Amino acid sequence: MGFTDWIIPLITVFVLIYAAVKRVDVFGAFCEGASEGLKTCADILPALVLLLVCIGMFRASGAVEFLTDALQPICKALGFPSEVVPLVILRPFSGSGSMAVYNEIASSVGADTFAERVAATLIGSSETTFYTAAVYFGAVKCKKTRCAVPAALTADCTAWIVCGAVVYLFFGR
Amino acid sequence: MQVILIIVPVVSLIFAAISGKMGDTSSAILAKSGEAVELVVSLCGIICFWSGMMRVAERAGLTENLAKLLSPIVGLLFKGIKRGGKAAGLITMNLAANVLGLGNASTPLGIAAMRAIAEESADFDGSAATDDMILLAVLNASSLQIIPATAAALRVSNGSQKPFDILPCVWMVSIYSVVVATVSAKLMCRIRRKT
Repeated sequence: MGFTDWIIPLITVFVLIYAAVKRVDVFGAFCEGASEGLKTCADILPALVLLLVCIGMFRASGAVEFLTDALQPICKALGFPSEVVPLVILRPFSGSGSMAVYNEIASSVGADTFAERVAATLIGSSETTFYTAAVYFGAVKCKKTRCAVPAALTADCTAWIVCGAVVYLFFGR
Repeated sequence: MQVILIIVPVVSLIFAAISGKMGDTSSAILAKSGEAVELVVSLCGIICFWSGMMRVAERAGLTENLAKLLSPIVGLLFKGIKRGGKAAGLITMNLAANVLGLGNASTPLGIAAMRAIAEESADFDGSAATDDMILLAVLNASSLQIIPATAAALRVSNGSQKPFDILPCVWMVSIYSVVVATVSAKLMCRIRRKT
């Protein structure tokens, strides 16, 4: 693979050499930090269990399919490929799920088609919003996330329209 | 958060009843609890590794230098943290890892950054997220990635001839969603505080 494979090893070696030159007790400092990391893990687990269960229930309940059907007419009006709608809905909830949906779309419409490009662009330009929010706010055991989720969803809920428009602009149908 | 935690399961229950997917919903509860543990276990090693490396870098004065270097940018967006402090360094590294598409590296750094923000923020009361926390979470929830490696890999496996031809599209949509998310977070926070 390309240059991204170099980044982590290079950073690791650089930090270690830099610290050694500065006469830092590398092993001691590392172990101290790592045991703090272990504590972080134990701290975030309880919050994550509840949050991930909620996300999982929502996905399994069929609510996603309901939203997909509800969005169908809007898509027709906007010229957005209706094959990609399930991906739009699932994307904020599940990373592996949206990859599976992408594969379904790509194998049914074929590679390098309008719908496939829209789907791939969508995957490449977004994150699993709910999951990220759960992990990040779980880390500080934050009970009131205020405007974080609405703000991120505002972006998600409009990005798919932009996504369709931009792909149309670059590649046509 | 409290409201979401109640609404989501209730809505799920209603939909599961309508669509006859109560079995799936029931097993999702069991499966996801297990997945949460798996997730933490799978992240645990790398979190420990980065925490360890960060401590080494901190002792060597490296984090401070990096944070100082980038503090104009981070300081512009994040108002509640110390300039050139630990949180600023972690935020910088988290965002850098995000831009480079190092998902596995960015999450542990982000978690550490959130905790550092909690420590450094004078106005954090232990329950309500501060503006800085919201901003960091929102930035991480909208993709900052320059090279969408996963999307490209998926395209190749489905027979795409030019997996990277969507790059300009991805960038435009990414920039759009980051800007929208950041601006709406700032606006919504301001409106809520006034009421």
